[in-house]
Amino acid sequence: MADVFNRVKEIIVERLDVDEAKVTKEASFKDDLEADSLDVVELVMELEDEFDMEISDEDAEKIQTVGDAVDYINSDQ
Amino acid sequence: MNFSLEGRTYVVMGVANKRSIAWGIAQSLHNAGARLVFTYANERFEKPVRDLAATLDRDDSLFYECDVTSDEAIEQTFENIKNDVGVIHGLAHCIAFAKREELSGEFLNTSREGFALAQDISAFSLAAIARSAKDLMTEGGSILTLTYLGGERVVENYNVMGVAKASLDATMRYLANDLGKYGVRVNAISAGPIRTVSAKGVGDFNAILKEIEERSPLRKPVTKEEVGDTAYFLMSDLSRGVTGEIIHVDSGYNIMGY
Repeated sequence: MADVFNRVKEIIVERLDVDEAKVTKEASFKDDLEADSLDVVELVMELEDEFDMEISDEDAEKIQTVGDAVDYINSDQ
Repeated sequence: MNFSLEGRTYVVMGVANKRSIAWGIAQSLHNAGARLVFTYANERFEKPVRDLAATLDRDDSLFYECDVTSDEAIEQTFENIKNDVGVIHGLAHCIAFAKREELSGEFLNTSREGFALAQDISAFSLAAIARSAKDLMTEGGSILTLTYLGGERVVENYNVMGVAKASLDATMRYLANDLGKYGVRVNAISAGPIRTVSAKGVGDFNAILKEIEERSPLRKPVTKEEVGDTAYFLMSDLSRGVTGEIIHVDSGYNIMGY
């Protein structure tokens, strides 16, 4: 489970060019990590590739925090 | 006849990230020896474009901001390009925009404002850009835009963008007629669906992709590299007799009637 978080964190750090320390489970993509809507779409696509899964539009909209993304991936694996 | 693009300069507009079709085009033109000039909509896209271009094994690429919603900005951008490189040999217009909420549900609900916005950025911009770019194409040139089947037929959720693509197709044909006398060709590539950030904005995109995989004659989705190589053809002398044309790079999907 921790492994998923670390992989997600790595993608976020690379995509959003943010400090690793800011990427906590509670961090909100929009508010804390300053991701715009395009960043969020890019992130969703990176996660789809990394974890070989499909994230539907409805589910993607519910992913607000890093923890949401990790939980979603864990529930799918 | 010259298959190489060495010694030639091409403008690529609309690279957003590594998945962009525009990036596939840039890579193919680069591999053929071309020098590249990139334009981006605003500063949000500057770093991604520069980072991608830095992966190419030449360092003479140029970068300009170009807000295609402003005639003045377009004129200024091409004035700057003219001052820096003089002559260009082609241009790839890979730009479109619609409000995300109008890319699902029914076209019937399209707003006046959303309709105008999609037309302005996705179709009119080609005309405005061609007007400025033709002055730099003193050795002849090739202008290319990206369209989609949704402009010819009804594609679920594509809605206001489909109507904008129909307008873009017609814009491309009228420009082809106007610019032919200057030795400038104008064509469009109708790419099959590719997983880009723009495509992800269209409702239920994954389902559209699956349909292509299962039903197109080639039974596989199209890649941005395949589109890039067709762009290379359209930019090269190999296509010197082709203008006003829409080339479908879609695994053959558009021919299907069932």
